[in-house]
Amino acid sequence: MTVMTMDRGHDSAQTEVRSGRTVVRAGFIPLLDCAVLAVAAEEGFARSEGIELALSKEASWASIRDKVNLGHLACAHMLAGMPIASSLGIGHVRVPTIAPFALGLNGNAITVSSDLYRRMADKAGLTGNEGPAGTVAALKLVIEESKARGEGPPTFGMVFPFSCHNYELRYWLAAGGIDPDLDVRLVVIPPPLMVESLRAGHIHGFCVGEPWNSLAVDAGLGRIIATKAEIWRTSPEKVLGVQANWAEANPEVLAALIRALDKAAAWCDRVENRGALAELLSRECYTGVPQELLLRILSGQVRLGPDGAERSVPDFILFHRNAANFPWTSHALWIYSQMLRWGQAQPSAAAEAVVRRVYRTDIYRATLGPAGIPLPGANAKLEGSLGDPLHVGALSGSLLLGPDRFFDGRVFDPDDIAGYLAGFDIPKPSQSRRGDLSPTIC
Amino acid sequence: MPGNDPKIVIIDESPVRAAILEEGLREAGYERLTLVSEMTELARRVYALDPDVILIDLENPSRDVLEQMFQVSRAVRRPIAMFVDQSDAAMIQASVDAGVSCYIVDGLKKERVRAILDMTISRFNAFSSLERELREAKSALAERKIIDRAKGILMRQKKLTEEEAYGLLRSAAMNNGRKLADVAQSVVTAAELLE
Repeated sequence: MTVMTMDRGHDSAQTEVRSGRTVVRAGFIPLLDCAVLAVAAEEGFARSEGIELALSKEASWASIRDKVNLGHLACAHMLAGMPIASSLGIGHVRVPTIAPFALGLNGNAITVSSDLYRRMADKAGLTGNEGPAGTVAALKLVIEESKARGEGPPTFGMVFPFSCHNYELRYWLAAGGIDPDLDVRLVVIPPPLMVESLRAGHIHGFCVGEPWNSLAVDAGLGRIIATKAEIWRTSPEKVLGVQANWAEANPEVLAALIRALDKAAAWCDRVENRGALAELLSRECYTGVPQELLLRILSGQVRLGPDGAERSVPDFILFHRNAANFPWTSHALWIYSQMLRWGQAQPSAAAEAVVRRVYRTDIYRATLGPAGIPLPGANAKLEGSLGDPLHVGALSGSLLLGPDRFFDGRVFDPDDIAGYLAGFDIPKPSQSRRGDLSPTIC
Repeated sequence: MPGNDPKIVIIDESPVRAAILEEGLREAGYERLTLVSEMTELARRVYALDPDVILIDLENPSRDVLEQMFQVSRAVRRPIAMFVDQSDAAMIQASVDAGVSCYIVDGLKKERVRAILDMTISRFNAFSSLERELREAKSALAERKIIDRAKGILMRQKKLTEEEAYGLLRSAAMNNGRKLADVAQSVVTAAELLE
């Protein structure tokens, strides 16, 4: 039985009902952080909310965006920057897209080839215990040496222009005095090709989500030199992206989905479920990666290099704790600030007003507040201001916010983007970077 | 295609589909065609080719590589996504249904792109039906083989003629509302278990 929705005319947007439950088609990319969607679909959380979550594995972020735009998918696992780019019409047609729920925090890492790491270690006397500040300083020394020898800049892979991978890689490089548009080459490489490109020497490093960093390490090809949690302890990564029209036409279905995702996210974070989660995600229809490897990543025990060195990274990936699912307006604005910083968008009050409405804290609140989920008192916060966990007053009890420092100690005030950007040396505040400079194609 | 023939790059890991598309475009008079089937360092390859139109399988993971090309220098000719003004929803729908994505360089006339895309969509659809036929032919062949084996088993064990064995399979299928090949498979599996 099918029922036409009112918002769209064509077949693909029809609402399908199966065994009395509305079918919600959601796209995902096979990465560790598709976990919340996978668990909602497989562990009965969606069904108990009266929806049938039909997951569709997609090959590219471009494909996810197009299918959500056309209504082939109701919603999807999206990079945190994608709904913002779509709502602003950057890089493609403008299609208002919202993010009413975040699918987790952190989880990425920066990996360099074994050769590059050896050069960095030699040059800077690395011990292997350095954090992001130490490794980027070593990389800068190597880049300066290469320049002096007349060699070309190293090439780093990342996954999409509007990915946090792009932004955190650029942030880390620039904080170390490396201009991401001039001193290195950044290229987009689909995650499944990342390890192969490192092996072939087409790239010298990359910033990608798990399991791809750990796979490069286990293949003996590279070393993880910074994790996202170490660069920015509590940073946005993937969100549930929903086409605004669909959300407006299907508020109850969306609310049911959000309730299911919230329960699934809590399930993912529980230590006793880790084994089952690793097993689920190891299936071919999800990541197809060995269970033991996924279990190691989920435990935050990061194997740094082929020599077996490990580091326990607190908050390596968060699914639910520390308000991980709240779509902070300040996260959206930080991403927008990076779009401005690197010339993807031009500053305007109108654009900023649009960005403030992309992450729909109101929908999150209206849906999960009545379900007893603690809600933060504000929609935005000073990002990077917490060194220690903080219990904040919340409706229905207390809410724990985790430490959220950036590794360089900066604080992002969402109400003063211009001031924040003026504080960076790269690019110089006087230079507006329109992308014209960018030799990003190698 | 007289005059300024646009330079078209076809990015496809399926050599058969790429060949079908290439043939169609050549027949329509497009001469400046290049096939790219190697996905490593795709951006470099595409830049070196400097195409006016890029045709790529919608499900190709390397589409994200092309997306990055919108973000770079305006000084270099850069591809933009098809129909940025979204005025032709039916065309976008048709191309997505066919499974093809098209990127064009800014400035190329829409009518010209349309002709190329029409051809591409029809060829992608032709390839899909070819694939479907091949799949059906393969599964028909497999079904016939399994039915033949089941017939052989029944003939041997129940001392039936070929016609009787077939009749028995068919009536079992009809009585149980199952496919003939499924019943045959059960017979073969049972015989293997009992061997």
